[in-house]
Amino acid sequence: MSGFPMLLRKEILRFWKVAFQTVMAPVLNALLYLLIFSHVLEAHVQVYPGIGYTAFLIPGLVMMSALQNAFANSSSSLIQSKITGNIVFVLLPPLSELEFFGAYLIAAIVRGLVVGVGVWLVGMVFIDPGLAHPIWALVFAILASAAFGAIGIVAGIWADKFDHLAGVQNFVILPLTFLSGVFYSIHSLSPFWQSVSHLNPVFYMIDGFRYGFHGISDVSPWHSLAVILPCTLLICLLSLQLLRSGYKLRT
Amino acid sequence: MTAAVSIRGLEKRYASVHALQGIDLEIAEGEFFALLGPNGAGKTTLISILAGLTRASAGSAEIMGYDVLHKSRHARRNLGVVPQELIFDPFFSVREMLRFQSGYFGLRDNDAWIDEILDNLALTDKANTNTRLLSGGMKRRVLVAQALVHKPPVIVLDEPTAGVDVELRQTLWAFIRRLNRQGHTILLTTHYLEEAEALCNRVAMLKAGRVVALDHTANLLHSGDERRLEITLAPADQLPAILLPRLVKQEGSLHVLRLLDYADLEGILTTLRTSGVAVVGMNLRQIDLEEVFIRIMGQESDA
Repeated sequence: MSGFPMLLRKEILRFWKVAFQTVMAPVLNALLYLLIFSHVLEAHVQVYPGIGYTAFLIPGLVMMSALQNAFANSSSSLIQSKITGNIVFVLLPPLSELEFFGAYLIAAIVRGLVVGVGVWLVGMVFIDPGLAHPIWALVFAILASAAFGAIGIVAGIWADKFDHLAGVQNFVILPLTFLSGVFYSIHSLSPFWQSVSHLNPVFYMIDGFRYGFHGISDVSPWHSLAVILPCTLLICLLSLQLLRSGYKLRT
Repeated sequence: MTAAVSIRGLEKRYASVHALQGIDLEIAEGEFFALLGPNGAGKTTLISILAGLTRASAGSAEIMGYDVLHKSRHARRNLGVVPQELIFDPFFSVREMLRFQSGYFGLRDNDAWIDEILDNLALTDKANTNTRLLSGGMKRRVLVAQALVHKPPVIVLDEPTAGVDVELRQTLWAFIRRLNRQGHTILLTTHYLEEAEALCNRVAMLKAGRVVALDHTANLLHSGDERRLEITLAPADQLPAILLPRLVKQEGSLHVLRLLDYADLEGILTTLRTSGVAVVGMNLRQIDLEEVFIRIMGQESDA
């Protein structure tokens, strides 16, 4: 029998045991954004006709939280195991690279989705943003969490210390997510910045996800899917290849 | 018959260090084998290659006939490794860790065996304690337990008794010995040479990435008729000068003298009697592994 289910179980338990930090904290974080931005902007900004700013903001925050936490899950699990040395507990057993990758990836997706649902439920207390196309919302949530979970695996393998990981988080993940239209529609930007935003894959994740809620988006969900799917597959393949090479894990 | 461990021409180069310089070693099934050597000799590198944690620069290694690189899944299934570092996972209890490890090896419902391991390692009352809260000696035993969940035919212990107190060391060895009697092959590295001498049927000594001695423990100890005479003198007395060339080791008033054969004994006793020193204790024994070790390591550096 394969060792994969147990590794997946362990990876999920690992964050669930400290859910206060890994789930509650990011939900509270998103709640703070929601309180502040909706207080300041609700009366002034309407992005799509008939949709208030708070309702517009909620899917953006859900997606942002989901992908940041998907990244945090795989990357912090790996770096902690590397630094404490207990990574050997998963390197000694007969687990293939694919099983290893699958367990870390799926646990990251689960964490992303759990946090995302948490943020959504908290948002619902304020306003129901609707759920026009739940399947689209789910597809984008899973793909985006997968992409960031896989980036987290790469970063976790590459990083030698927590500083390295904090660097990736602050200089790559945070700007990518903040500048992707979480808080605004890119139609409000100048044409130059609009075209720059179109180069950011995270824009499509959030835009497609928003379509799932409002039934309206800046670009068609099919267009977003056509961008996100290859991006996600690419980063997953890269991450799996890195594991297969033994880079920094089997020296 | 397939060898439990088979190593051929194994080399490992790091950027500035040639850690293993061509190791050939064959360990038969059922052996209790010691790998000895000073720090930096390459013992841990060798074990890491067997465990698949490090990749060899040249040569090959097999566990129960399975190449550690090309048949890694089979090789790992047949191998249990107790790492040298005192590592643990701060999120989980002892039992959780053992269940995870069982699961990684594809074993479900392994609790009967887990309980038996816990019992043999005197860990039963710590089963539900978080591994973070255990003492060093207990963490060490949890590592041993983790290496045994899948009943591996080959068990590698990298300095398993470092930091473990005497009583628990006895418990641990009693358990490992029983596993060896049941047919498990044991590969051990240790700095306690008396442990290797008492437990292991065969010994390899490593120095600077090479095997400098490889033989049955008994052969190493019985090379020649050399014996040791331990005499304890009264505190005020000095060893007669004529015996000084025989002196191997001195700790306070305990003197260890070299005895080329039993015939030597008569002469030494006569010297002691005529020089009038008071002998308060005397013991005749074989040379021990520590002396063999020091001699072999010394020879090599002279060469």
